[in-house]
Amino acid sequence: MTGPNPVSIENLWVRLDDRTVLEDVTLEVKEGDFLGLIGPNGGGKTTLLKVILGLLKPSRGKVLVYGMSPETARKRVGYLPQKSLFDKNFPITALEAVIMGRYGRRGLLGRYYTEDKDAALSALEAVGMEEHADREIGALSGGQQQRIFVARALVSEPDLLLLDEPATGIDSSRQREFYELLRDMNEKMTIIMVSHDISAVSTYVKKIACVSRKLYYHGSKELTAEEIEEAYHCPVEMIAHGIPHRVLREHD
Amino acid sequence: MIEIFAYEFMQRALLAGIVAAILCGVIGVYVILNRIVFIGGGIAHTAFGGIGLGYLIGKDPLIFAVLFSVAAALGIGAISDRSKVSEDTAIGVFWAAGMSLGIVFVSVSRGYAPDLFDYLFGNILAVSWGDLRLISILTLAMLVLVALLNKDLLILSFDPSYGEAVGLPVKELHLLLLCMVALSVVVLIKIVGIILVIALLTIPGAIGRQHARSIKGIMALSILLGASFVFVGLVISYQLNIPSGATIILAAAATFFVSTLLTR
Repeated sequence: MTGPNPVSIENLWVRLDDRTVLEDVTLEVKEGDFLGLIGPNGGGKTTLLKVILGLLKPSRGKVLVYGMSPETARKRVGYLPQKSLFDKNFPITALEAVIMGRYGRRGLLGRYYTEDKDAALSALEAVGMEEHADREIGALSGGQQQRIFVARALVSEPDLLLLDEPATGIDSSRQREFYELLRDMNEKMTIIMVSHDISAVSTYVKKIACVSRKLYYHGSKELTAEEIEEAYHCPVEMIAHGIPHRVLREHD
Repeated sequence: MIEIFAYEFMQRALLAGIVAAILCGVIGVYVILNRIVFIGGGIAHTAFGGIGLGYLIGKDPLIFAVLFSVAAALGIGAISDRSKVSEDTAIGVFWAAGMSLGIVFVSVSRGYAPDLFDYLFGNILAVSWGDLRLISILTLAMLVLVALLNKDLLILSFDPSYGEAVGLPVKELHLLLLCMVALSVVVLIKIVGIILVIALLTIPGAIGRQHARSIKGIMALSILLGASFVFVGLVISYQLNIPSGATIILAAAATFFVSTLLTR
């Protein structure tokens, strides 16, 4: 099956509050890709995800998601926002949080049906949280909460998954397991992941792009530290392919 | 103690109180979870402008209170959403401007305003059958809306930025919630008065939240609590001959402090 690419961006410019956040970005994401977006804080990574979701309008340029406008394509996209500062005591169970991801199918005023609940339970199972379905979200650990939110992004059975710093709040000892979960999911869907953790990105993703106002797209993840630093103005901490070739340097 | 409810005005008062408790229990949960307690205060005080206008042109002040409070809800929501004015600034401006309008209207109107105090501090004993009908209709409308929108209100309350990402009309829903608060405020004006409205809107839900683990549980508990506060407040205010609205709120506040100490 070769339909339109999941994401097709041409000469995208985004200006927010009189500041150019993204400049002349062109990007093709293909079916089955696992793209890691790296780059400095404020470099426009999250902005790029929001444009793909249709939450922000381009000032210039063309953005297509599965050949459609981002708003129209939204039903096919699952989204994990940057860890939000939600109320830790909010009276809501894991299952109730996950089922929110079915909103796109039911719409305003719609009800959830048994199949929505079943989908939520299998999404919880997919992230290994099924036995916590009825627990309050505030009673779970940071990593467990993050799994709940991944499940929420999965429950709409998306073809494209957008993850914004998904490993935030997960103990470093559990991060490997978490990234392996994402890699398993990549067998069924295209994933774009924003992360500042280059070592994780280079181990688990298939392709890397660096966003720092402009997008420096590589097509493969075989980057050298020099390439990233000199050409792309990104501070680098990287371990490529599990080889302990570690580069740590201050960025000026 | 029960014999005081042999009076028809006491029955009306109790009925109005129970209807208000149902409304507060349901809307109050969303007020607390969305942290819009003080928007409620701003809306209530803006409603005083409508009451004054009602006096000025000799029509039912409560109808104008509805108009003013809904206008305040939309105004505060729109200003804090679209301009660089922060929400609490908008609340402060509406709060004071509404009160001032009310005072000017009342002073310009030539007749004298015997029950003006009732609107400020509430007088549940003066609730008429007509008031009770208006209160019941508004409450019923709120319950229907919440029943229809409970899934959407949950997303709005828990994670509005995610809601936006999945296409929930967050801004519109937020404005609708503010309008629902505005209409609830009008219901409560007759019972506890403009100045005390936010107490009845928030205290039962705040206590409910300390003890219940789900939104439905919190709603049920706050309805029960609200009705008890009205009942206890009515009885005590009758026995001691003190104002009913303030007594109801004091019963609620005392329970809140005890509950907070116990759940520490």
